[in-house]
Amino acid sequence: MSLLARRNLLHDKVRFAVTLTGVVFAILLMVVQFGLFVGFLETTSNNVSHSKADLWVVSKGVRYFDIGGWAPFSERKLYQILGTPGVDSAAKYIIQYIIWKKEDGGTENIQIVGFDPQSGLGGPWNVIKGNPEDLKADNAVFVDDLYRQRLGITHIGQVGEINGYRARVVGFTEGIRSFTTSPFVFASFKSAQNYVRLPENQTVYVLVSARKGVDLQQVKRDILARVSDVDVYTTAEFRWMTQRYWIFTTGAGVATLIAALLGLVVGVVVVAQTIYATTIDHIREFGTLKAIGASNLHIYRVIIEQAIISAVIGYIIGISISVAIVYLSRRNEAAILLPWPVALALFALTVVMCVSASVVSIHKATRIDPVLVFKT
Amino acid sequence: MSEQAISVRNLTKVFESGEAAVHAVNGVDLDIHGGEVAMLMGPSGSGKTTLLSMIGCILRPTSGSVRIQGKEVSGLKERHLPRIRLAHIGFIFQGFNLFPALTAGENVEYVGLLKGFRRAEARRRAQALFEQVQLANKYDTFPADLSGGQKQRVAIARALAGDPDIILADEPTAALDSQSGRAVMEMLTKLAHTRGRAVVIVTHDNRIVELADRIVEIEDGKIRRDHQEAS
Repeated sequence: MSLLARRNLLHDKVRFAVTLTGVVFAILLMVVQFGLFVGFLETTSNNVSHSKADLWVVSKGVRYFDIGGWAPFSERKLYQILGTPGVDSAAKYIIQYIIWKKEDGGTENIQIVGFDPQSGLGGPWNVIKGNPEDLKADNAVFVDDLYRQRLGITHIGQVGEINGYRARVVGFTEGIRSFTTSPFVFASFKSAQNYVRLPENQTVYVLVSARKGVDLQQVKRDILARVSDVDVYTTAEFRWMTQRYWIFTTGAGVATLIAALLGLVVGVVVVAQTIYATTIDHIREFGTLKAIGASNLHIYRVIIEQAIISAVIGYIIGISISVAIVYLSRRNEAAILLPWPVALALFALTVVMCVSASVVSIHKATRIDPVLVFKT
Repeated sequence: MSEQAISVRNLTKVFESGEAAVHAVNGVDLDIHGGEVAMLMGPSGSGKTTLLSMIGCILRPTSGSVRIQGKEVSGLKERHLPRIRLAHIGFIFQGFNLFPALTAGENVEYVGLLKGFRRAEARRRAQALFEQVQLANKYDTFPADLSGGQKQRVAIARALAGDPDIILADEPTAALDSQSGRAVMEMLTKLAHTRGRAVVIVTHDNRIVELADRIVEIEDGKIRRDHQEAS
C-alpha cells in the first residue's frame, strides 16, 4: 500500500471525516431506500416465499397470491395432482380476506391463511410462541406479534371471532407482515374453510411438493395435461408474479421502486462528488509527484488506493449503522430488509463508485498544467 | 567544466489561445554543463518557467530538441518521461511542494521508493542527505512545523535523493528571507561545483545573482543575453 495514499487521508482528519461522512450518508441512503423496496417485495410475497412448496396450482387466470380466494376450484383436482408423476405430496390452501372481531367488539380486516398442518406446506414461520401442531385443533389460530395490538390480543389462549366462529390464539409469529395492511391469521385448512364458508369440496390453491431431483417444468406440464382449468407456477414464478403485480399496479410499489432508484442515484452522486473533491484537494501534490518522477501508473495507484480506503472504511461504518437501523425497524409495519447479497452488492457498488469518481480526477491529475507545479 | 548536461536547440513552445497563438518560448538554443550554475532571468511572462518545464520533461515542446546527458528526450513518448525525470532531474519549487502528510524525512525517502529502493535503503540514503543539508534533527518533523529555509533545504535533499545530474529550481529563494535564501543558494552552488551537477535556476532575485556562474536573460521567449559571471 502506498505510503502517500494512507498518509494523505489520515493527515487531514477533518477532510477525511467529511469524505467518510459522504460515503456513509450515501450507503445509509441506499440501504434505507433499497431496504424498503426489498422489504416491500418480501412483504407482498412472503407467504409464497416461505410456503416450502415447489409448485402452486391456481385457478386459471389467477395472477397473484392475494386474489386466489375469489376463484376457488374443486378439491377433486388435488387427487389428480397427487397422481401426477414427480409429485411427492400436495395440500389444499386457502387465502381469503375476512373480518376479525375483537373481544371489545371492534373489527379488523384480516387475511386468513388455511393450510394443511399435516404436510406443513404454506404454514406459519418465525414462530416465537406456541407450536404449529396446535393448529390441528378446531378454530385454533396463530397471529403475528406485530399485529397483536390491532387484533386486541394480549396472550395465548385469548379468543377472537372470525365470521361468527370462535378463533382461539394458540401461538405467535414474528415479522410476518402484510402488505395489504390486513394481518395474516394462520389456521388449519379445515378451520379456515369454516371461517370463509368455502364449500367442503373446494380449495383456493393446491401446494405441491415435488420429488427430489425431478424437473419442475416437466411436472408443471404433466399437471397441466391432467388437470383442467388451472395454471401451474413454480414458487419462484408465483412469487415474481405477485411482486410484479403489487409493484406495477399500485402507486406504492412504483413510488418505492422510484425512491430506491433515486436513493441509488443520489448515493452514487454523493460518493462521486465527495471522492472527486478529496482527490482534487491533493491535485498539486499529484503534480509534484509527477515532476519528481512518479509514473502515471504510480499516481493512479495512489489515487485509487485513497478511494478504496475511503470506500472500505465508509462502508464498514455505513453498513454497521444500517444493520442497527434494520434491527430497529424489525418491529415496524414497514420493513427495511438488508439481505446479505444486497449488502455485498452495496460493498461492490461503493468501491466501484469511489474508484470511478477517483478515475475522473485521475484524468485531471495526470494532465496537470506544469505551471501549477512551479508556481506558489 | 564537464560535459554538456543539457542541450537545447531551436526550442519552441506555442500556446494556442483561441485564434491567437502565443510563442512562450521561441527558438531557444542553450547548452548547460555539469558543474555549472545557470540562472534564467527575465520579466514575468518571458518564458523562463516554460523553458524550465520543457528542460524538465514536464512540458512537451512544440518544436525543437532537448537533450539530457546526450539523450534526445523531446520526441519520447509520455510514458518514458517519468523515468528520465527520476534518473536525471531533481526539482526545487518556489512553494517547496513538500507533501504535508509525510514527515520531512519521508518526503525524501519517497524518491528512493520511486527509484525502487526498499524502505530501509531509502531511509538510509535520506538520512545521509539530511546530514548534508544540516537538518538531521528535523527528520521526523512534518513540513508544517519547519521554517521556510528548512523546508527549502528538505526540498533540496529531495531533489538530490534520486542522485540526478541536473537540478532545476524555480524561484528557490523567493519565499525566503535573505539569510535563508543565501544559505540555500550556497548549498546549490556547492552541489554544482563539488559534485558536478548542472544547476538551472529561474529567479527574479538580484540578491543571489553574484552566486551564478552564468546568467541567461530571457525576454519574449527568446534569449536576449547569455553571459558568464566571475564566481
